[in-house]
Amino acid sequence: MMLSRRAALLGLGAAWSLGSASLALADPVRTPGDRRFVVVMLRGAMDGMSAVVPYGDATLAKWRAPLLPAAIGQPDGMLDLGGFFGLHPALSGLHTLYAAGEMLPVHAVAGGYRSRSHFEAQDYMESGADHRLTSGWLNRVVGALPRDPSQPEGNGLSVGLSTPLILRGPAPVGAYAPEASQAPSPDLYSRIAALNADDKLTGPAIARGLAAKSFATGTLSGDGGETKGKGGSGGFPALAEAAGHLLASADGPRIAALEIGGWDTHAGQKQRLNGPLRQLDAGLMALRTGLGPTWRDTAVLVMTEFGRTVRVNGTGGTDHGTATVAFLLGGSVSGGRVGGVWPGLAQTALFENRDLAPTTDIRALAKGVLHAHLGLRSDQLETVFPGSRGVGPMGRLIRA
Amino acid sequence: MAFDALHAATRFGFGPTGDGALPADPRSWLIAQLGPGDPARFPTTLPSVSDGLILLEEQHKLKPPPGESLVAPLYRADASAQLNALVSTTAPFRERLVWFWANHFTVSTRRGDIRPIAGAFVREAIRPYVTGRFGDMLLAVMRHPAMLLYLDNASSVGPDSPAGQGGKHGLNENLARESLELHTVSPAAGYSQADVTAYASILTGWSVDRKSADPGFVFRDRAHQPGDKRVMGRVFPAGEAGGILMLDMLATHPATYRHLATKLALHFVSDTPSPDTIAHLTEALATTGGDLRAVSLALISTPEAWVPRSKLRTPFDLVIAAARLVGFGDDPDPSRHGRLAGMMAALGQPVWTAPLPNGWSDRAADWCAPEAMIARIDWSYRVAARPPEAEPTQLARIALGPDRGQRTIDAMRGAGDRRDALTLLLSSPGFQRR
Repeated sequence: MMLSRRAALLGLGAAWSLGSASLALADPVRTPGDRRFVVVMLRGAMDGMSAVVPYGDATLAKWRAPLLPAAIGQPDGMLDLGGFFGLHPALSGLHTLYAAGEMLPVHAVAGGYRSRSHFEAQDYMESGADHRLTSGWLNRVVGALPRDPSQPEGNGLSVGLSTPLILRGPAPVGAYAPEASQAPSPDLYSRIAALNADDKLTGPAIARGLAAKSFATGTLSGDGGETKGKGGSGGFPALAEAAGHLLASADGPRIAALEIGGWDTHAGQKQRLNGPLRQLDAGLMALRTGLGPTWRDTAVLVMTEFGRTVRVNGTGGTDHGTATVAFLLGGSVSGGRVGGVWPGLAQTALFENRDLAPTTDIRALAKGVLHAHLGLRSDQLETVFPGSRGVGPMGRLIRA
Repeated sequence: MAFDALHAATRFGFGPTGDGALPADPRSWLIAQLGPGDPARFPTTLPSVSDGLILLEEQHKLKPPPGESLVAPLYRADASAQLNALVSTTAPFRERLVWFWANHFTVSTRRGDIRPIAGAFVREAIRPYVTGRFGDMLLAVMRHPAMLLYLDNASSVGPDSPAGQGGKHGLNENLARESLELHTVSPAAGYSQADVTAYASILTGWSVDRKSADPGFVFRDRAHQPGDKRVMGRVFPAGEAGGILMLDMLATHPATYRHLATKLALHFVSDTPSPDTIAHLTEALATTGGDLRAVSLALISTPEAWVPRSKLRTPFDLVIAAARLVGFGDDPDPSRHGRLAGMMAALGQPVWTAPLPNGWSDRAADWCAPEAMIARIDWSYRVAARPPEAEPTQLARIALGPDRGQRTIDAMRGAGDRRDALTLLLSSPGFQRR
C-alpha cells in the first residue's frame, strides 16, 4: 500500500471503503489563475428527465407519469429551476448551488456518438471521440497545460487502481482507490444472484450468503424495491471530500476525475434512482466542503454516457436512450439557469421515436469550459477532441 | 463423443486465454501435451531443495526478527513463478496434471518448516514424473526432504537401531500411515496397525542431511531399524533397499491403481464419477504397471470426461482461469506477496498450504459455502476493476461459448459498465465451473 505522504497526512485511510465510486487525479499542472477542474462520470446512463424534470412540457405526463416526482411545493416535491424544469428532490444541495448562481444544468446533451451500448458509449465519452482512442480527453487536457516544475514527475498518489480511460494517456496521472476494499453495489449483487438463481449449486449458496449480509429478499428477486444493505455507492461523498482536500492543497493536483455507478435503472426506477441521486448530491457538496475557499476557482462537469428512453418500460424503468442532462457547477460557473435547447417531447420530436433528441454536443459544453476556465486555445481543443472542428465551444458557462 | 475445443481447454486445462485461441483438434492437442519433455521453463534463480535447506539452516542460526524472514521471499518467488507459468502456458493439461499430483502428494507450509522447499518439491519430485511411472514419482516424493520433513519421517528412528539406543528417539508413523492411506493403497486395501508400524520401521533412516555442504536426502543406517519386516503379507529386508522394494510393491498394488483412478476421476470428471469411468482408468494403470501417461490418455478417452461443466472450479482454478481470460499476471516484484497467490489465499486456498496431508478437496460441497460464494463475487468485482479493453461480452463468448453463455451475455448487456459486466461474467454459474 503506497498511500502518498499527502494522502496520509490528510487521513484518507478511511475514505476508501466505497462501493462503485472511485477517484483519479492528474499530476500537478499549472492552470491560469490556479483553477481547478473536476469531471464526474455517472456510469450506467443517468435518466436526465428524472434528474431535471421538464414539468412544463405538456406531453411529459403522457409518457412517464409513473416516474414523476411530486409536484413543486408538495412534500418530497421537485425543486423549481425557473418555471419549466424541476430538480429531483434528492438533489437539494445542487438546488442551493443553483440559487447561488453556481449550478448550471444543460439539458438534451449527448456525445457525438449514437451507441446505446454502455461499454462503447463510455469509451467514446471518455475518449472524446466517436470511436475508442488509447488516451482520454482529460489526459490530453493535462498534456496541453504546463507542468508544475516545483513538483517531481509522477509524484505518486497511486494506490494501484485502474485509471479511468478519460485520464489515461501520455500525461502522468496518479490514481486512487482501494482495490481490496471495494464490494459490488446491492444492485449488482442482485443481478448476480438472479443469474445464478437456477443453478442448484451456486444459486442457493449465493442467496444464503446475501441474506446473511442482510439484503432484503425482495431485492434478490428483482422486484425493483429500493436496495438496502452494505456496499452501494456510499463511499462517494467521502471520496469526493478527499478529492476536494487534495485539489485545494497548494502543491496538489488541479485536475481530477471521479466516477459513481448505479444509474442503469431498467426496473423500479422511481425508487432506485433515489440512492444514486442522494449520493451524487452529497458527494458534490462534500467536494465543495473539501475544496474550501478554492471552490470559487473550480468548475465541475457532471456527465453520463447517454440518456434513457422517454417511455416507461414494462418493469417501471427505462431503457438505453440518447440525450440526457449534464451539470456544470462550481464557484467559477455562471449558473442559476438551465442551459441548452429543449427539443420537446411530442412524438415527432423524439429521436428514433423513443429518446429525448440531442440538441447540444457534450464536447461543445466541455470545450466551453476548457476554453474559458483553463484557457485552452482552439488548436488545443482540436487535440483534446479530435475531429470536432464543427463543434464550437459553448459560451457563457464561466464567470468573466 | 464430441471433442469440443472449449471444453477441452476448460476441463483439462485452465480455460481459454483472452485472445480466444482454441485448438483445431482438441484430442491431438491434449495428447501432444503428454509427450516427453516438460516445456515449462523457470528462472534458474529459483532455489533447489539444497539451496532451500541451506537457507533454512541460516535462518535457524541467525534468528531474524519477525518480518525479516530469509525463507519467506524464496517461497513467494517460487509460488509466483509456478503460478505465472499457468497463466501463459501452452500445455495447460500437463500443468493441471502437475498440480493434481502435487495435491495428491500434499506438502504444506503449515508444518515441518518446509516453506523454502515446497516449490522445489513440485519442480523436483512431481513435475519430471507426471507422464512417467507412478512408482518413480512415489520414490522421488518419499526421498524428497519436503515430504520427509512435512510428515516427520526425517526424525523417525528405529528403537533397536544404534541411534535408538537409550530410548530418547523412536519411531514416527506419520509418513508411513499417510503413505498407505492417502498416497497409495488407501484403507480399501485392508491393512492393519501392525502393517503401519512395520512400514514405519522400514522407512526409518530415510532422512534429511541438513548440515552438509550439499544438504538433501540421506539414508541414515544408524537410525534404521534392523531386521526383516512384514507388511501386508510380504517380507522386506533391512536397509534402504527394503524401503525401495516396499515402495515398488505399493506403487504397483491393485488397490493403489483403483485409488489413483478414483482421485483422477474426481478431479477430471465429476464429483460422482461412474463405476465405468473408474474401471477404465484403473485398467489403464494396471495394464501398464502404473504409467501416468497411459492413465492421462485414458482420461481423454473417457466419455464422461467430456460432459461439460460438471466440476465446480476451486479458488485455485478460478483465479488462474480469470487471469488467463482477463490477462493479468502476477506482481513482477518478487519481494511482495504474489497477486495470484494472494487472491487464492483470500478465497480460502493458499498455495502449498493445505490444512491437512489429504490436500485440497475436489468436491464442490467443500467450496460452495454461502460466505465462500460471496467472497468469489467480491473478488470478481475487484478483478473487474481493471477490465481489459476487449468487449466484456466477447470475453463471455470466449470463456463460456456462444450458446452456453447466452444467459450470462444477456445479463452482461444489462450491466451499467464494463466493470459490472465483467463481474457478472466471473460470477456466472458457467465461469464457476470447468
